Amino acid sequence: MAFDVVASARQEREKQVSPVQRAVITGLIFGGFAFYFALVGILTNFHERWIIFDYISLGHALLIVVAGSAGLYLASKSRANSHAGLLMQGAGAGAITGLIMALLVFVIVNFNLRFIFVQLKKPLLDVLTFNLDPWAGAACLVAGGAAIGALGVLFFIMTPSLRRPLVAGLAAVGFTGLFQELIQLMIQNPSVMWLRQLIFNWDGLMLQGAAILFVLFAGIYAFWGWRREQITAGFNRLPVSQQKTVRVSSIALVAIIALLFPYVAGNFIGQVLMLVGLFTLMGMGLNLEIGLAGLLDLGFVAFYAVGAYTTALLTAHSDAAFMQLPYWLAMPIAVFFSICVGVLFGVPVLKVRGDYLAVATLGLGEIVRVIVLSDAAAPVLAGAQGILSIPRPFIGSFELDNPVALFYLTLVCSLIAAYIAWSLENSRLGRAWTAIRDDEDVAQALGINLVNVKLLAYGLGAAFAGLAGSIFAIMLGSIFPHSFQLIISINVLALIIVGGMGSLPGVALGALALIGLPELLREFGEYRFLFYGLVIVVMMRLRPEGLWPSASRRREMNVSEEERAAVEAELAASKAAAGKDA
Amino acid sequence: MALLEIDNLHVFYGQIHALRGVTINVEADKIITLIGANGAGKTTTLNAVSSILGAAEGSVTFADEDINDMAPHDVVAKGVVQVPEGRRIFGRLTVHENLRMGAFLRKDKAGINQSEEKMLEMFPVLRERLKQVAGTLSGGEQQMLAMARALMSEPSMLLLDEPSMGLAPMLVQQIFKTIQDIRDQGVSVLLVEQNAFMALQIADYGYVMETGVIVLEGSAKKLLNDDSVKEAYLG
Repeated sequence: MAFDVVASARQEREKQVSPVQRAVITGLIFGGFAFYFALVGILTNFHERWIIFDYISLGHALLIVVAGSAGLYLASKSRANSHAGLLMQGAGAGAITGLIMALLVFVIVNFNLRFIFVQLKKPLLDVLTFNLDPWAGAACLVAGGAAIGALGVLFFIMTPSLRRPLVAGLAAVGFTGLFQELIQLMIQNPSVMWLRQLIFNWDGLMLQGAAILFVLFAGIYAFWGWRREQITAGFNRLPVSQQKTVRVSSIALVAIIALLFPYVAGNFIGQVLMLVGLFTLMGMGLNLEIGLAGLLDLGFVAFYAVGAYTTALLTAHSDAAFMQLPYWLAMPIAVFFSICVGVLFGVPVLKVRGDYLAVATLGLGEIVRVIVLSDAAAPVLAGAQGILSIPRPFIGSFELDNPVALFYLTLVCSLIAAYIAWSLENSRLGRAWTAIRDDEDVAQALGINLVNVKLLAYGLGAAFAGLAGSIFAIMLGSIFPHSFQLIISINVLALIIVGGMGSLPGVALGALALIGLPELLREFGEYRFLFYGLVIVVMMRLRPEGLWPSASRRREMNVSEEERAAVEAELAASKAAAGKDA
Repeated sequence: MALLEIDNLHVFYGQIHALRGVTINVEADKIITLIGANGAGKTTTLNAVSSILGAAEGSVTFADEDINDMAPHDVVAKGVVQVPEGRRIFGRLTVHENLRMGAFLRKDKAGINQSEEKMLEMFPVLRERLKQVAGTLSGGEQQMLAMARALMSEPSMLLLDEPSMGLAPMLVQQIFKTIQDIRDQGVSVLLVEQNAFMALQIADYGYVMETGVIVLEGSAKKLLNDDSVKEAYLG
């Protein structure tokens, strides 16, 4: 049994409910979400960040999104044709969502439950009542909820040519408002001062700036939607050789902009992208083990640790190190060492499958961390004190001493690793991995050497993590055992599930979503795992194959669709036959 | 000298003595069948020949070479390949990829292409489904795919485990006809079956197994007419 993410074939039947019931149920569900966000403190926390300065905070934006989603959800589920009825339903659902929040206001004003629910206090009240008195605030919540719920429905039933520009404009405003600090940093240059003063002030996005952005992006999108056919027709009319030139040069342009972006964006973005790169590297390694060979490994962080510690012990300017090799020599040794540990790691779990394998590898990973932390190994590995003063690498006389330079190093390594992973996938070994993932026994019966193939999966997977660990060591300049917790393995696993198992672009996308985004939204760090859980549950419900699934994965998911269709056809046929008999 | 010689084979599952001195000979270019009730040790015998199970005592010799201590993949390389019970195709790969997986140990590209073409001639349904995911095939088609996949390694000996299991009578006929074709192309077959009547009709020689020992052997004709076999297996 391999580790699989498979959607259940269970069919959900729509129960017959009246429109009123449906609106009430939807309102209660989404009201429940909002209630939960308020209770755990997300709302208060989000309220501290402005989207549009002095007008809309992130907290209020969240409430709007929840109430709007209630309307959207209703409209997407309903088969009723009447728009008026649908709008009423949406308004009803939104009002109920608002009502639940109004109830919360009532509770906060009249009771003191802070000894249990620490968040039920003044700041939350301020968010919910818009700094008005409680009754007016509660009325605003209900009325606003109804309006936004109806808007959600309206959003769903409007024509796509209208909706798309709206989405583009809103997304541009939301993105700019959320990341205004970073964007302002990027346009600090005096020559673009006018642009900055037009859109931002020191505290954030101005209303005028938001309006400009909205109009600009919605306009561009509307123009594209309107002229699209002419543009593509014009492109198709060009001779083939010119088409190719246009295509290649546009790809090159995008690539160059993407390449230069971290350089322009500065050290913070460089740092974030570098972490994304490291996790992409690890993701590609784990992807070989899980995505291709079906070996669920929860001890993956061990290889990361081995790569980091080997690098530190070989290069650091401290008493703990054995020697001071140049980094470029130490890196391949670190990778080699990780491969050895990966193979060693694989030996005891060769005969363990499925869920048991997950638990066994979990234990092995912890063993590595505990050894590194232990007093017994302290004379060699420096124990809890860690290893300090790991020097940055040089290229000629140029020291890679800032996050942007290190990001480019990570990028180069990732590209090489991606090429290796891609060729492995399409090799004989890759096919053998696919075979043991599907059925170990049959693979063996067809002449595949299980021992070699499995150990190679562990060893090569570990190589990627070792490389990531090695770069991690020079990035921080010092390493400590507590940097190598189980949670890193879990992060890597989560990112390949979200990205799409077995797919290389999926790994990069997953790393951006699960590592990059939370890193950019640091102040909400305590909700990071809540966010992870939510994303994974939602993904498994709506898109179990991942954000960017591999071709074979997409096909596998279609198998169950095909089977489902076949079963339904059979059922329909038997029903028809039964009908005839009767 | 027979092609495959199983001599006094003993296999244990922990404390359970599953095979207690089994001796079977498979001549070249013949179909030899091993019949018996559920739990008699038929599949265990095949797994021991494939080296998936280790034997405690006795020997398995193929073409004068002891294959008992070899690793399973080396046994395949020698030309002995098993079609496991219950089909077990790679359900998430296409039919074409399944066939290619069967030729995993071969490196001659032209030869592999030739074998694939040969298999598609032998099993025309597979040609129609070549790009289809194997999990969507019907039971009969899956059995054919499993056999074709095994033959892709160009074995000289095929170990078939219950090919008729769960198939409609029409399909069973077709599968057994194919097994005869396989023999006629020069591949020896060791056929394990519960459907004793069908198996004995196409086999050249048969063994009857009960609780880990061979209780009866003889030419297929003789077994078909044997009273005790009739009573126990042919009803």
